[in-house]
Amino acid sequence: MYRRLPVTLLFIYLGVLVQVSAQQTQVCPNCDYSSLSAAVLDAKPYDTIMVEKGVYNEHEIIIDKALTIIGNGYPEINGENIGSTIRIQADDVSIEGFSIKHVGFSHTEEFAGIHVQKSNGFRIENNRFENVFFGILIEASKKGVIRQNKVYGERKQEFYSGNGIHGWKSKALLIEDNELMRLRDGIYLEFVDDTKVLRNQSYENIRYGLHFMFSNDNDYEHNVFTNNGAGVAVMFSKRINMKHNIFQKNWGTSSFGLLLKEIYDAEITNNDFEENTTGIQVEGSSRINYLNNNFRNNGWAVKISGGCFTNIFESNNFLYNSFDLSYNAKVNDNHFTGNYWSSYTGYDLDRDGVGDVAYRPVKLFSYIVNKNPESITLMRSLFVDIINFSEKVSPIFTPDNLVDKTPKMKIIND
Amino acid sequence: MLKILQYIVFDLTRSRWSYFYFFFYLLLGFGLLFLNTDLSKAVITLMNIIIVLTPLIGTIFGVMYFYNSKEFVELLLAQPIKRSSIFLGQYLGVAISLSASLVLGIGIPFLLYGIFLSQDIFNFLFLLLDGMLLTFIFVGISFYISLCNNDKIKGFGYSIALWLFFAVIYDGLFLVSLIMFEDYPLDKFSLIATILNPIDLSRILVLLKLDISALLGYTGALFQKFFGTNLGLVISLTMLFTWVLGPLYFFIRHSKKKDF
Repeated sequence: MYRRLPVTLLFIYLGVLVQVSAQQTQVCPNCDYSSLSAAVLDAKPYDTIMVEKGVYNEHEIIIDKALTIIGNGYPEINGENIGSTIRIQADDVSIEGFSIKHVGFSHTEEFAGIHVQKSNGFRIENNRFENVFFGILIEASKKGVIRQNKVYGERKQEFYSGNGIHGWKSKALLIEDNELMRLRDGIYLEFVDDTKVLRNQSYENIRYGLHFMFSNDNDYEHNVFTNNGAGVAVMFSKRINMKHNIFQKNWGTSSFGLLLKEIYDAEITNNDFEENTTGIQVEGSSRINYLNNNFRNNGWAVKISGGCFTNIFESNNFLYNSFDLSYNAKVNDNHFTGNYWSSYTGYDLDRDGVGDVAYRPVKLFSYIVNKNPESITLMRSLFVDIINFSEKVSPIFTPDNLVDKTPKMKIIND
Repeated sequence: MLKILQYIVFDLTRSRWSYFYFFFYLLLGFGLLFLNTDLSKAVITLMNIIIVLTPLIGTIFGVMYFYNSKEFVELLLAQPIKRSSIFLGQYLGVAISLSASLVLGIGIPFLLYGIFLSQDIFNFLFLLLDGMLLTFIFVGISFYISLCNNDKIKGFGYSIALWLFFAVIYDGLFLVSLIMFEDYPLDKFSLIATILNPIDLSRILVLLKLDISALLGYTGALFQKFFGTNLGLVISLTMLFTWVLGPLYFFIRHSKKKDF
């Protein structure tokens, strides 16, 4: 065992040597290096570059070696509306504390404030992005940390705008505590696996606050999505965990809090859906557990359409939604148990906290609206109340096994 | 005519029923705001009630008042007064005092809860205007029916049936025809069907002004496009005023010919 010791010691020595030989370079408007690209050109791998406060008019800064670049007092890098501002093309690069402005725009190419290309182990922390096309664009990279960045766009139309944090074909990213505003999608992950999206704030984006495409095994937790064009979309992905998120004020004719399309084996727990036109719109998604969520003041709390099987809705609160559930199939294979429904009118004689009469979440009117979109014009008419009541008394049209047999009498708090 | 109008209004202010009506709305307003301090939500709930109740109360009250004051009208007819001014005065008296009960009864609580500081003030005013128009419409209709029928029970029955038709049956027929003809494009049809019924028209006009209009989806967008324009608003208000003036015209015309 001790035979290997000299070799180990050698490696430790080399490691220390590299540590010691790592240089620190300073960049400021009046220093030897007055531009970041010049400093990067002369730097050796594992050097640190300190950039002092000032305005640097630079674009296409290519970082092709492992560097730690730190901005002091948010130095501004003005991309002058040309191309990407910084490109990371090496492993172990870290960029911290910059204010990046005026990224180029193109109809055919994707330009970003920080463009990460094939990097393993990068870190982008505490930067501010303003007037960007894409904020942070990550291509074919692994093990990245994107933390505490603020990305503000000023885009008005979908085809003229990019995404705040865009991940493509990447793995094991950690995206946390970022703030994303007025972009196309706040965060867009396409072919991105094993990624965590935590505690981000995404609001006033033109399209989605968060958007998953073909991305498996991801978690997103404790995020807040407010007032986005259409909320959050999760499409064609497997094993996504969505926990403790807040989806609110996604209000408009084609808006929703959360869209699920072709999703399998997901967990949706402890989320709040407030004031969305549709809380969750589900299309062709199966084996999903919806537990302990709150649906409050939505138009439709949950809209299920087309081929959704073995989904479980348990211990959710459905509070004051115009429609609790919309369901368009004749057969039902989804389970509703132990939820609280604010429009439940049953009684609880044995006082065990569970209503003695089953609750039918699908109103006849919501069933009719599904078949005949025009009939929504009768909303809040006296006639509609009457037919809803008669259907409740003796269900004919709505699937007769679509019931919550154990509706809770009181709001579930936990 | 003004003298008669004045007399009827005074007579009604002494009546138990208009106080009852006034206090009912007052209680309703305070109750709603007590349970729910969110003014815009309260406006929605209020709409549900106004759309159903003002026509009903206008109808019942109109019929009752007409039959009860029959002897008084006959007395007036013996005097040298124009028939149209007698009946118009009577109609306006009832409609105005009912509207006043509505506006004051609902206005006071909302005023105290600061509707003027809220951005829902226009929706609220619109709702009140709507309630007033519905009152005028249904008082007119019920007066006409009562004039045509000397039998009190018959008049009462017809009036209630008409209210039931506009408030419930019309929507039922509307829905059935939507389902029957679902293979055809029905946007225009539902737009026209909505405009023709004063209760539906008021309901949609108020709904479109509120946040909840986003739920109306594609059809709602079409409605919004129509009612959002000046032309749409002019057409719908014209329609409501036609509903006010139409029954009134028939009522006055019939009153001139009728042999008492």
